[in-house]
Amino acid sequence: MKYFRSHIIVCNDPECVSKGSMEILKNLKIELAKHNLNNEVEVLDSPRIGSCGQGPEIMVYPEGVHYINLKKEDISFLVEEQFLKGRIVTKHLAPPTQHEEVELSTPTAKEVRVVLRNCGKIDPENIEEYIAEDGYSALATVISKYLPEEVIDIVERSGLRGRGGAGFPTYKKWYLTRKASGNPKYIICNADEGDPGAFMNRSVLEGDPHSVIEGMIIAAYAIGASQGYIYCRAEYPIAVKTLKIAISQAKAFGLLGANIFGSDFSFDLDLRIGAGAFVCGEETALIGSIEGRRGEPRTRPPFPAEVGLFGKPTNINNVETYANIPQIIIRGSEWFASMGTEKSKGTKTFALAGDVKKTGLIEVPLGITLQEIVYDVGGGIKNDKKFKAIQTGGPMGGCLPESYLDLPVDYESLAAAGSIMGSGGMVVMDEETCMVDIARFFMEFIQDESCGKCVPCRIGTRRMLEILTRICNGEGKPQDIDTLKLLSDEIKQDSLCGLGQGAPNPVISTLTHFHSEYEAHIFEKRCPAKVCRALIRYEISSEACVGCTLCAKNCPVDAISGELRKTHTIDTEICIRCGICKQVCNYNAVRVV
Amino acid sequence: MYTEKNNHLTLENIIDEAILLYDEKPEELIPILSFVNKKFGFLPPHALTKISRRLHTPESQVLSVASFYNMLFTKPIGRHIIRFCESAPCHVSGGRQVWSAIKELINLEDGETSSDGKWTLVKVSCLGICASAPVMMIDDDVFGNVTPERLPLIIDQYQ
Repeated sequence: MKYFRSHIIVCNDPECVSKGSMEILKNLKIELAKHNLNNEVEVLDSPRIGSCGQGPEIMVYPEGVHYINLKKEDISFLVEEQFLKGRIVTKHLAPPTQHEEVELSTPTAKEVRVVLRNCGKIDPENIEEYIAEDGYSALATVISKYLPEEVIDIVERSGLRGRGGAGFPTYKKWYLTRKASGNPKYIICNADEGDPGAFMNRSVLEGDPHSVIEGMIIAAYAIGASQGYIYCRAEYPIAVKTLKIAISQAKAFGLLGANIFGSDFSFDLDLRIGAGAFVCGEETALIGSIEGRRGEPRTRPPFPAEVGLFGKPTNINNVETYANIPQIIIRGSEWFASMGTEKSKGTKTFALAGDVKKTGLIEVPLGITLQEIVYDVGGGIKNDKKFKAIQTGGPMGGCLPESYLDLPVDYESLAAAGSIMGSGGMVVMDEETCMVDIARFFMEFIQDESCGKCVPCRIGTRRMLEILTRICNGEGKPQDIDTLKLLSDEIKQDSLCGLGQGAPNPVISTLTHFHSEYEAHIFEKRCPAKVCRALIRYEISSEACVGCTLCAKNCPVDAISGELRKTHTIDTEICIRCGICKQVCNYNAVRVV
Repeated sequence: MYTEKNNHLTLENIIDEAILLYDEKPEELIPILSFVNKKFGFLPPHALTKISRRLHTPESQVLSVASFYNMLFTKPIGRHIIRFCESAPCHVSGGRQVWSAIKELINLEDGETSSDGKWTLVKVSCLGICASAPVMMIDDDVFGNVTPERLPLIIDQYQ
């Protein structure tokens, strides 16, 4: 492998490309060649360096200098200054941002990187860089030193549980699939990460695809599988691309195919791409989709370990579960088990989003509290507003209020609090979020994504959505809360798969923790967070208004009247509550009541 | 020149190409449909008939798959497709305002195609770029941190 003293990464996001980043890349190469630097400085392209708002942008490593607003004429000067004279060109330096937009920033003190250790550090499209970071050495150890049963033992002692959300012990799945009769056996990697706000798996697939492939080969060896599939969602075009490259490189290196490392173990891996259906993240639906059918879940048992893909024993794990495996083999199950709580070992990646200062990807040891995640890792609430709730576990998870901030994040504690671990989405909400609106929003999502096979999920969630919409529109009826509770219980009990069984969670958790907000909507016809349009009014304060007429000019329905330099008024009969007047007012005179 | 007849021929060619690329097996149905959908824009009824015959799969099953997945279209769509992320992080960071602004700007509702055949507007589930919410995609291009003000600038790039 060639070594370079410096690397330049040019953003190849469509937005930067549209602003000419590929010309920048070309000019960089030309200028570097002019100064004979092309053997010292490598030019690469990669997506999402910054927010792309001020593209084209580039990043220079090892210094980590971020340049924005580049034009192709600037490159000659930049190369001379940066690489010949070692000076930073301040003119193009990206200003430090108030809240960071990057997906994966330097870890804070509370973070531990296991699954994400290589993300952003190695070139995902070059297998040699992964090998240089101990890549595929775990596989070599496993094949040369351990029997399949011993591998399962190591995974058992590590305490690793499924990172897809349910937390089923990984070794058990492997053990059951190994024990099941039927040939051939299959293994599948569930990379159909569809939970809104969860993009941890995408980062691993795009940043370190070989860790997942290595984990899968080890799993295949332990189970006795000869064929594997990675099922990746079509919404992740970059992940699909890096996976294709990674699989072909692993094949070229003899790490996939016949007689791996000269042993009699053979294993092949193929990539399957989804076509846009959230429910395909459910394992039986995913199997259906690989077989070329509608992605509809079926009843379990029999579990895929016994009757899975094409009717054969199949082991199916999540991306993050597989990515943990090589590290467990290299560093030992004791090391892995030393992190986390009694029943939840290791680390977990989360995608922190919403009203928190530092959004993006984090990896923390299990057992960390929500408080530490929101304030120490996430830097607290944006614009110094007040924390209201944190939603964990995606659309089938729950919203937890401030009083739960000291809750440790592990499978059991979250479940006991009425939420779930899920795949790892965390949405932080500030005081200006209406919890009824959020519940309605999640129900709309579930309604959309329900496959329609079973009645409780198909019709039950529709009824719930109708009730929630009614409440948000100020037409809630006194019995609505009881009906919601009744429907929640029935849907939870009677649905076929995890989607339906988890569907009522956002409603149950908001009803439990934010009951008064539902009551305010129904009985007082008031939205305490001032979000639900039907329940708010806009008012102009006579003290603050200077009569500049700006609001009246911008009102799309001419609901604002008033003379120049006199207080204006809003006609609530005409007003459509679009909020434009509040946005344009320079004197903060428009209030929501 | 575009005629009904040579259009039909292209479609036949695309289907042949897809089946050659994947395999003449029922489990390759989804990759084949995705390929044809991408190349031809959508999946007209005679495409489904032909694929069903080639794969020895009932036409009802081919249609059931084609109508199940969001990314497969059984009706013609516009030259450009706008996919707007409707997930929670986008929703709480200003996505709602952007959504109303898009609808107003191109005068379409969710799932509609404009009469001039330029735009199709659809809401999609999480695109996984939540750190730059709100996010939307036009064809294969991703746009993050979208605001109602930036929207016309983005839309204008497309002919």
